[in-house]
Amino acid sequence: MDRIPILKLGPFLLVTIQVDMHDKLAITLQDDLTQKIVEKKARGVMLDISALDMVDSFIARMIAHIATLGRLLDAHTVVVGMQPAVAITLVELGLNLTGVKTALDVDKGIKWLEHAVTLDDQILAEETGRDLDANREE
Amino acid sequence: MKLHFPEIIKQAEKTVYDAWIAEQLAASTMRPDLISEHELREQSTTFLKAFTDAIKNDFTTDISRPVWKDSRDILEGITRSRARLGFSPTETATFVFSLKSVMFHQLIRKLPTDTVAEEVWTITELLDKLGLFTTEAYQRSREEVIRRQQSDMLELSTPVVELAEGIIALPLIGTLDSNRAQTVMEVLLESIVSSHADIAIIDITGVPTVDTLVAQHLMKTVAAARLMGADCLISGIRPQIAQTIVQLGIDLGHVHTKASLADAFKMALRQRGLGIMKIQRTGLV
Repeated sequence: MDRIPILKLGPFLLVTIQVDMHDKLAITLQDDLTQKIVEKKARGVMLDISALDMVDSFIARMIAHIATLGRLLDAHTVVVGMQPAVAITLVELGLNLTGVKTALDVDKGIKWLEHAVTLDDQILAEETGRDLDANREE
Repeated sequence: MKLHFPEIIKQAEKTVYDAWIAEQLAASTMRPDLISEHELREQSTTFLKAFTDAIKNDFTTDISRPVWKDSRDILEGITRSRARLGFSPTETATFVFSLKSVMFHQLIRKLPTDTVAEEVWTITELLDKLGLFTTEAYQRSREEVIRRQQSDMLELSTPVVELAEGIIALPLIGTLDSNRAQTVMEVLLESIVSSHADIAIIDITGVPTVDTLVAQHLMKTVAAARLMGADCLISGIRPQIAQTIVQLGIDLGHVHTKASLADAFKMALRQRGLGIMKIQRTGLV
């Protein structure tokens, strides 16, 4: 059966959709992706849809689902490379994909992921530092 | 019943022509500033020739028939040139209507009183149709002009400029209708791709009015740009427009707005981690 490949790219996962999506494929992709995120302890997921030149509400919902899944598993998710025609179609359909981070291309997507992860690490480090300080005072 | 006027007019073509020219020159709708007498004579000659030819062969008052094709073409040409010169529709139609009185005089003089009404009626019907045809042709030529200008405007009015690396701006000038809003959206999204822009500024200083429809178009454009991964700012909201937007209850909630293009540009620079600074130069007063 067809599968959409999920590539590991450092701490991130890269999913490139290059074929026509249908129900089964989408469900398999969601299964595989959640598995992989957990297995590889991925910090971010990049969904590249630059090869898609047609979308419908089904694919839009899939994109939103993947973003939510990623968030639940503590991986930042970014959708990259949406074609102008696709963006117009989605907006005309009233699907604004609120809450989904988007980027123009893979380059910018990676940059954003790295930035988000660094920010997370900083916050974590600060919190740990504060906790350690509190312990010492006690 | 056989009608006699085609023959009468054919015989009196010269008299009709002279009287018609005189009538046109004397009429209040004559525009000596727009058309020369020579040109008027030429137009009249060609039309009268086609007219007499058309009524000579199997006569009909249905001017959509092939027999009237020449007359229609000539009228269309005359109307077109007059519309371009700045004649009003009335002045253009008078070209045909002024034939009426001239022909009536001929018919009344040459025909017995009991049949004249019938023939006058037929010729009235005919000339009315031709007169209305000029009005239609006039309108058609005007509509063509409007259509051409619209498409010109559409092409000219959506320039996308690059302000800095990764920052593009789209200054909008003129009314935004659905057609144009669609073009604006397409052009902006294409330029986001081609210039790898992170931030797009839509400047609406030149948009005279913002109603719910325009606001909706703007928000759609902003949403589409976001889907592509670019931030979209709207600048140039004038005080009156701000008031209209609030009064109409339009929610521009998620859209960043700035009063002027300069403010939006500064904000865009800041978002990209850039800035403008003053350079101190010695020796300069």
